[in-house]
Amino acid sequence: MQDIILPLIVAAFVAASASLLGSFAILKRMALVGDALSHVALPGMALAILFKFDPFIGAISFLVFTVCGIWIIEYRSSLSLETIVGVFFTASLAIGALIMPEHDLIEALFGNITDLTIQESLASILLSAILIAAILSIYKKLTLNMVSQEIAQSIGINNKRLEFIFLLSFALAVALGIRFVGALLMGSLVIIPAASAKNIARSLTAFMAGSVFFGVIAAVFGIYFSHTYSLSPGPVFILISSLIFLSTLIMRQFRKL
Amino acid sequence: MKILEVKNLNIEINGNRILEDLNFDVNKSEVLAIIGPNGAGKTVLLKTLIGLVPYKGTISWQRGIKTGYVPQRMDIETDVPLTVKEFFHLRGISATDKKIAEVLEFVQLEPKILKKGFGEISIGQRQRVLVAWAVLSTPDVLLFDEPTADIDIAGQESIYKMLYHLQKNLGLTIILVSHDLNVVYRHAATVLCINRKNLCFGSPKDVLSTEQLMALYGGEKAFFQHNHKT
Repeated sequence: MQDIILPLIVAAFVAASASLLGSFAILKRMALVGDALSHVALPGMALAILFKFDPFIGAISFLVFTVCGIWIIEYRSSLSLETIVGVFFTASLAIGALIMPEHDLIEALFGNITDLTIQESLASILLSAILIAAILSIYKKLTLNMVSQEIAQSIGINNKRLEFIFLLSFALAVALGIRFVGALLMGSLVIIPAASAKNIARSLTAFMAGSVFFGVIAAVFGIYFSHTYSLSPGPVFILISSLIFLSTLIMRQFRKL
Repeated sequence: MKILEVKNLNIEINGNRILEDLNFDVNKSEVLAIIGPNGAGKTVLLKTLIGLVPYKGTISWQRGIKTGYVPQRMDIETDVPLTVKEFFHLRGISATDKKIAEVLEFVQLEPKILKKGFGEISIGQRQRVLVAWAVLSTPDVLLFDEPTADIDIAGQESIYKMLYHLQKNLGLTIILVSHDLNVVYRHAATVLCINRKNLCFGSPKDVLSTEQLMALYGGEKAFFQHNHKT
């Protein structure tokens, strides 16, 4: 039991930050950006493994580079973001899958948080806490930006800068979460808890709190069950999240009646 | 006293001329109505005045003027997890409960609306909430873009009543886009008619001749043709 306490705490923190971020990704209808970003992280991790440096560094540098690209495309060019995402990001997943040593590939695709060293675990907890604090400090501006960019700008909010900060936070959340659930399931870590909370929340506070709560619950039970039954934690987490989503969906239907 | 002076204003978006050589000014505590057919550039003009759109020419506001802006439409899901009260709190620390109660009274909304979802209230109610939100930080000028398609006549009428009530009580300067010529005649001190170019500017009685309106809206054709230019 003792050997899963640290992974439990790490998973709870990582899930809390990812699902808090996810609540804004849902509000901004950017649900698929998480998927796209996690694909980009893969070649970064592969290079890190090949050249023997920390995969987190590889992932985050590729992510930050991509986020700058997304931001520039959105503001400077007339190309459709979805096309770019659809083509280049899956291509980078393919490249990552080709250059990744085969025995590391499964872990990179599906994650394994129990493999983290103590230093890596502490760094993950610290970075997640920073991410949560950062989002909480700008959540009002983010919400206003989502409700109406024009109103936001009319009271002096710099929408472009705000969106850039949001994308950077997104990159950090993906880099943190990818060790837990892997590149294929990362998008779900961000989206499912928030989507579940949106089913039942009417206020912003309930939505944010609900999203974090569902994320943490799924993470804790995910680690616990995967440890008990020797399963991979990432997929177990996603399955529990999906069950939570289903139950909130049923609750929503009942409330409508 | 002039609160706003606009000279030789030109706006181009993606190579399309939207507005050409506009010249007008607005005095303190007066109501300026902007009229013109669909696609004339009215909304773009309002957005430009508050700095949302790049332009050529000069827009000079009197020093230290605070503006409040009410957009024409919002793309909001009906189940957005945000209550009206939370929407007010997004304004920051100026949104105290006392202040919110005060502005709600200005726009003639019941306090119980605070508990409702921001996406589930009617468009007319949302317009009032947006006006209340805009006056929360006591602006000097309110820029109001009329929602024409989504609100019934009675609803529009009561929003105008509320706006003039605000203008009287708070000494607000109001710049509004309107389709309703009745409203313009009754309440606006000055009217600016545009269709890409400045077609008329002055008091409604002086400038809104039948010929002028024919020129602006394309005469009787306006009833059959509805040009949707961008």
